Amino acid sequence: MMEKRTFIYLILGAILALCPLVLNPYWTDVLNNIGLYAVLGLSLNLIVGHAGLFNLGHAAFYAVGAYTAAILNTRFHIPVLTLLPLCALTAGLFALVVAKPIIHLTGDYLCIVTIGVGEIVRIALINNVFGLTGGANGIFGISRPNLLGFVIRKPHEFFYLIWFFVAVTAFFFHRLENSRFGRALNYLREDETAAEGSGIDTAHYKLMSFVIGAAWAGMVGNIFAAKMTIISPESFSFWESVLMFTLIILGGSGSIPGVLLGAFLVIGLPEIFRGFTNARMMLFGAAMIAMMIFRSGGILPARPRRYSLPQARQGQGGGA
Amino acid sequence: MEEFFQQLTNGLAVGGIYALIALGYTMVYGVLKLINFAHGDLFTIGSYLGLTLLTSLSLADRLGPAAGVLVLAVMVMGLVAVVGALLERVAYRPLRQSPRLSAVVSALGASIFFSNALMLIYGARFQVYPQGILPKVAVNIFGLDVPLVRILILAASVLMMLALYFFIQKTRIGTAIRAAAIDQDAARLMGIDVDRVILFVFLIGPALGGVAGLMVGLHYGQINFTMGWIYGLKAFTAAILGGIGNIPGAMVGGILLGVVEALGAAYLSMAWKDAIAFGVLIFILIVRPTGLLGERVAEKV
Repeated sequence: MMEKRTFIYLILGAILALCPLVLNPYWTDVLNNIGLYAVLGLSLNLIVGHAGLFNLGHAAFYAVGAYTAAILNTRFHIPVLTLLPLCALTAGLFALVVAKPIIHLTGDYLCIVTIGVGEIVRIALINNVFGLTGGANGIFGISRPNLLGFVIRKPHEFFYLIWFFVAVTAFFFHRLENSRFGRALNYLREDETAAEGSGIDTAHYKLMSFVIGAAWAGMVGNIFAAKMTIISPESFSFWESVLMFTLIILGGSGSIPGVLLGAFLVIGLPEIFRGFTNARMMLFGAAMIAMMIFRSGGILPARPRRYSLPQARQGQGGGA
Repeated sequence: MEEFFQQLTNGLAVGGIYALIALGYTMVYGVLKLINFAHGDLFTIGSYLGLTLLTSLSLADRLGPAAGVLVLAVMVMGLVAVVGALLERVAYRPLRQSPRLSAVVSALGASIFFSNALMLIYGARFQVYPQGILPKVAVNIFGLDVPLVRILILAASVLMMLALYFFIQKTRIGTAIRAAAIDQDAARLMGIDVDRVILFVFLIGPALGGVAGLMVGLHYGQINFTMGWIYGLKAFTAAILGGIGNIPGAMVGGILLGVVEALGAAYLSMAWKDAIAFGVLIFILIVRPTGLLGERVAEKV
């Protein structure tokens, strides 16, 4: 069973890796965008899917990473890719500071506060906060990523950088969800009181899920800045957060293959049906409602954890 | 002083609009424990319907400004109430027993659906209300000129809020709404038809939101399909500020937020106007999650 799934993923991965050889630059770039949203989705998935915390302000963390890269690169000429850890650090720290006082809020309240945080960040960027962010026009002239002397500039070169990053991310979050940390997040999502009663420091774990998710989004911001060479507050609006949120919900929250599929659907489908660009957001909304009514787990829902008992190998433990 | 007074009256008028929208949020939250994210878009639908009816029926010409606007307001309220009831039936009722995440996502979906449907029907550009529907005169209060529109908006919203308050406090269905807000199951055991209560909430809230949309159209003269989202968030902030689930709280919160925002924009910074409202929201949730008048506690474990 497990081998068959791995086999399918390997084949799909191989097909994807060959895509830039046959596709034109435009469609390769579409795949690049799908890759960026896939990583953003995976990072948000830790918060929304695993910890069950409504975060509709993820674009704020993404923005912090992108602006960190842009400011340091344009002012001090530090190569973009070497700034990756720093972008993760600033976005993670920002999440720590912002989420610390609000982490005890649950459900809808947390949702509305994260929307507020996202908007405040966007307004701050437009208002050229500290004279660093370049106002509504943003920052331009960010240098291309340079990998050991090789400058990445064409879409198919970015394709391999971005999808390598997707693979690393998927592996990292796969390991994380099967760790003690991942199990604790699932536990507190299912029943916070019971989790607390079993000795899980829920506030700590929730905060950590925010910090890790945000740090990862910060790194995506770095790659986004390097890919676009120009960033502006418009790229980090509320709709970006909604897109990330939607692709998780449609694909399957808490499920890595689900989130990847969600990224393909949410970013890729509108490109295929370009004639319907005007109606696509409306259909999106309708799809969200229908999805919640008919298949609330998403297209590829997360599979329940299975544990085989040491003595009887056929025994299947369910649940958390 | 003149400047301060003008900003104050402006804030009061905007606050009245926020309060009307906030009532819809707070009533739905009270009964269903759901943030109706689509409520801001119902408000936008109200302003677009108002525009269509105003231009196609030319009520103001036939009935005179006062009666025309009144008839228009009643029509808008009725139509938006129907949209609200349909929304509840299609998007929320099937999810009554589901986890709260599902209902919130459905509400977000409905919000995206409505705003983009409006864009498809009316186009993405700003739409302009015809000028001169309400006479552009100023009323002299304590020797200072205040535009009549502001006074009318504030008066109309206060009037509607008072009517709602007495409706909730004095009538049978109002009592049933209060009972369902306290404990749905107990209310059902007492013979209250909770589905009917929820239907009423989804008729009254959108009707008030819709008429607020009409007011924005008449006051500012131009409307856009995305405006529901920012007005909705402000109104939700107002509802939290007053204590969500609490009807007088929504009124106080709305007017307070309108005044704070108008004065903040005038004396602190115009560019940060929207951030001020969100800052207030976050501050309130951290310091006093029950809101100013609220008894309902932001869920904590």
